[in-house]
Amino acid sequence: MLRRIGASLSLAALSWHAAAADYPAAAAARAIKDPAAGWDHLWHEVLIDITIIGVIFALVMTYFLIRYRRKPGDPKTGSAPKLSPAAAVAWVVIPVFVFLADDLYIAANGWALWNNFRDVPADRMEVRLESGMYSWDYTYPNGVRTQNELRVPAGKAVMLRMTSRDTLHSHWIPDFRVKEDSMPGRITYMWFLPKQPGEHIVTCGAYCGIMHSYMAGKVIVLPAEEFKTWLDQEAARQGVAGKTA
Amino acid sequence: MNIKEWIFTTDHKRVGILYLIGSITAFAVAGVMALLMRAELSTIGPTITSNPSNYNVWLYAHGAVMILGFQIPALTGFFANYCIPLMIGAKDVAFPRVNALSVWLFYVGIILAVLTFFIPDPPDVMWTGYPPYSTISTGNTALYTFTVLILGFASIIGGVNFLTTVAYMRAPGLKWGKLNIFVWCTLGAFVLQLIFVPVLGTAVTLISFDKYLGTHFFDPAAGGDVLTYQNLFWFYSHPAVYVIFLPFIGVIYEIVTTFAKNPPFNYKMVVYGGIFGIVGLSGEVWVHHLYTSGMADWIRIGMMVTTLMISVPVGLMVIGLAGTLYKGSITFETPMLYALGVMFLFLIGGLTGIPLAVTSLTVHLSRSYYVVGHFHYVMAVAGTFAIFAGVYYWFPKMTGRMYNERWGKIGFWITFIGTNIVFWTMMDIGVKGMPRRYYDYSHMSQFEGAHQLMTIGAIILGIGFVIALINWIVGAIKGPKAGENPWGSKSLEWTTVSPPPHGNWPSPPVLEEGWSPYAYRRA
Ligand code: HEM
Ligand SMILES: [Cu+2]
Ligand SMILES: [Cu+2]
Repeated sequence: MLRRIGASLSLAALSWHAAAADYPAAAAARAIKDPAAGWDHLWHEVLIDITIIGVIFALVMTYFLIRYRRKPGDPKTGSAPKLSPAAAVAWVVIPVFVFLADDLYIAANGWALWNNFRDVPADRMEVRLESGMYSWDYTYPNGVRTQNELRVPAGKAVMLRMTSRDTLHSHWIPDFRVKEDSMPGRITYMWFLPKQPGEHIVTCGAYCGIMHSYMAGKVIVLPAEEFKTWLDQEAARQGVAGKTA
Repeated sequence: MNIKEWIFTTDHKRVGILYLIGSITAFAVAGVMALLMRAELSTIGPTITSNPSNYNVWLYAHGAVMILGFQIPALTGFFANYCIPLMIGAKDVAFPRVNALSVWLFYVGIILAVLTFFIPDPPDVMWTGYPPYSTISTGNTALYTFTVLILGFASIIGGVNFLTTVAYMRAPGLKWGKLNIFVWCTLGAFVLQLIFVPVLGTAVTLISFDKYLGTHFFDPAAGGDVLTYQNLFWFYSHPAVYVIFLPFIGVIYEIVTTFAKNPPFNYKMVVYGGIFGIVGLSGEVWVHHLYTSGMADWIRIGMMVTTLMISVPVGLMVIGLAGTLYKGSITFETPMLYALGVMFLFLIGGLTGIPLAVTSLTVHLSRSYYVVGHFHYVMAVAGTFAIFAGVYYWFPKMTGRMYNERWGKIGFWITFIGTNIVFWTMMDIGVKGMPRRYYDYSHMSQFEGAHQLMTIGAIILGIGFVIALINWIVGAIKGPKAGENPWGSKSLEWTTVSPPPHGNWPSPPVLEEGWSPYAYRRA
C-alpha cells in the first residue's frame, strides 16, 4: 500500500495503468443498481443545490444594487461599516464551513454513484470494443463481430472492455449516461444496464480526427430471446465458435 | 506620433498598450473563427464548407488564439503592464528593457500563430493537441509548438519582472497590506505562470519530437504512453484558467470598489483566503479534465474532492465582491455594467462547474457542449467582459479622453443578451447529448433549432463587441477631455495626469498617514 502511494506521488503516477479488471467481486451479491437512474437522481440534486446558491447570491446582489444606488443628493462615498476583527474572521469561517459542508455532501454522493459506475455486476455480458478511425468494432464472447451496431439483450448488464487501434475515441451513449475513452496501449471499461428493447445512439466524444463528427453507432436492445436467436444466427453466418455465450 | 518610438519603447504604459493592440487583434481573428464555426453549424450537413478539416482548423485556431493570444496577454500583459507600476507608485517596472523584449516576443508569437493559416495543412489538432492524433495528423503543428514556447518565455520573463517590481519598487510607505487587490491577483497569476508554463513547454516540445524527430514519448507501440501528455498538458492548463481568472477578478475588484465607493469587503479574506487559496489549490485539480480518460479510480475520486474545494476560495472572492456593494453609493457607468455582467456570468459559470467536478456526473457531461457552455461562461466570456470592463475603466487614463457613455451601454446590453443566448443553449443541448468538436450533427438532427438560435446569438454578441471597439477608436481620437480622475477613485494611478508621462509622476507620490487605494470614507 505504502509503495503504491509512494509510486503514485512520483511522475510514474502520470502513467498509472487503470486497473481495468479491478472491480470488486462483492458487487455480484448486491441487486443490480442502474447507474443511469443514479445519474439522473444526482444530477437533479446537484442542480437544485446550485440553483439555490445562485438564486441567493443573485437576489442579495440585486437587492444591494437597487437599495444602494446613488440617488440625487446622496453622499458621493459609500458608508460600509468597518468590520471588527471578530466579524472579519466570522466572515471567513462561516462561509468556509458552509461551502465545505456542501462540497463534502456532493462529493460523498458523487463517490457512491461513481462506485456504481465502476462496479460491474457479476451477471453480465462482456463485449470487447476496438475503436478506430472511424468505427466501433465489437466482439462478442462467442467471437461474433459487429461494426457500429451493438446488439444487447434487455435486462442484462453489458460491459465493454475497450481499446483503440489508432487515436483516442470516447464511446458515449447519452441515453445510458455513460462514456469512457478508448485509447491505444490501454484497456478501459464501462458498463450499462439496458432495460427495455429500443435503440440508442452511440457517438464519439473524443476528437479523433477529421471525421470525428461522423463516428456514430447504435445500441440496439432486443428482448432476451430475440437476442439469443440473433447471436446464434450471426455465429453460424460468421462461422465462429458458436454457443459459448 | 512616431512609430519607431513606440516599437522601441521601454515605457511600461506603451508596452502595455502594445500588448492591448496585439491581443485585441488576436481576439478579432479568433472571433471571426467563432463566427465561421457558428455559420457552419447553422444547418445539418455541410453549410459553408464541405471539408470537415476547415472546421477543425477554425476550432483549433479559435481555442488556441483566444487563450494564448488574447486573454493571457491582455490580462497579464496589458493590464499588468499598464496598471501595476501606476498602482504602486513606481516610475516604471524593474527591468524596462526586459519588458520591451517580452512584448516583442509576444508579437513574434502572434505572427507565428497567424502564419499557421498560410502554411499548407494548417494544424487541426485542437488547442489541447492530444496524441496520438496530434502526432499522426497531416497538419503542421511545429509553428504551434514554437508559438507556445515563445509566448511562454515572454510570460516567464514578464513574471520575473513584475514580482521584482512589486517587491522592490513600491512607493515609500506602501505596505504589502495596502496593495490593490488587482496587484495581488496579478502576482498570484505570475507565480502560477512561473511554476507551470515550463510543463506546457515540455508537453508541446515532446509532441513535436514525436511527430518530427521520430521519438516515442506518447506512442504505446514503442513503450510510450498517451495519457502522459494529457497529464502534462492539464498540469499547466488548469492553472492557466486561474492565470486568466485572477487578473480578471482583480480588475472587477478595482471597478466595483470605485463605482460603489467602498473599500473591498474584508480585504484580508479576499487576499489570504481567496487569492492564496486559489494559488495553493490550483495545482491539485488537473485530473478533473481526465475523468473519462481511464485514470485510476483513486485519483479520480481524490481530485473530485480537491476540485470541489476550489469553490471555497472562489466563493470567498465572490462574497467579497457582493459585500463591497453593501451600503455603497453605486453608480452604473459602462465599466460598472460590464463588471456586473462579469459577476452574473461568473456566477452561472462557477455554479455550472460544480456538476463537472463530480466524477460520476462527468461520465455523461464531459466532452459535451455542456462543458463548452460552462467554460465560456466562467472563463471565456466572463474574462472577455472583464477585459472590456477594464479597458473602459482605464480608457480615460490611457487616452486622456472619454468614450461615448450611451454607445458603451448599448454595446454592453447587446453583447450581454447575445452571450446568454449562445452559451445557455450550449449547456442545454450538451446535457441532452450533443458532443463538442462536431463539424456536423446529422445523426442528432433534433439539435438543429438550437444550433440556429446560437448562430443568431453569436451574431448579436459580435455586433455588441464591434460597437465597443468603434467606441474606443472614436473616443481615443475625438472624445471629450477626461481629466485626471473622472471616476473619483482613490487608487494611485488616478493621481497623475491623463495620459501619464514617461516616468508617471514628476516626483514619487507621497502617501499620507492612513492612505489606502480604497480610502473612500475619509473623503
Ligand atoms: C465571443 C464569442 C465566442 C463564440 C461565439 C464562441 C464560440 C465557440 C464555439 C462555437 C466553439 C466550438 C464548439 C465545438 O465545436 O466544440 C468554441 C470553442 C472554444 N472557445 Fe469559444 N467562442 C467565443 C469566445 C471565446 C473566448 C473569448 C474564448 C477565450 C478563452 C474562447 C475559448 C474557446 C475554447 C478554448 C474552445 C474549445 C476549443 C476546443 O474544443 O479545442 N471562446 N467557441
Ligand atoms: Cu472517435
Ligand atoms: Cu471522435
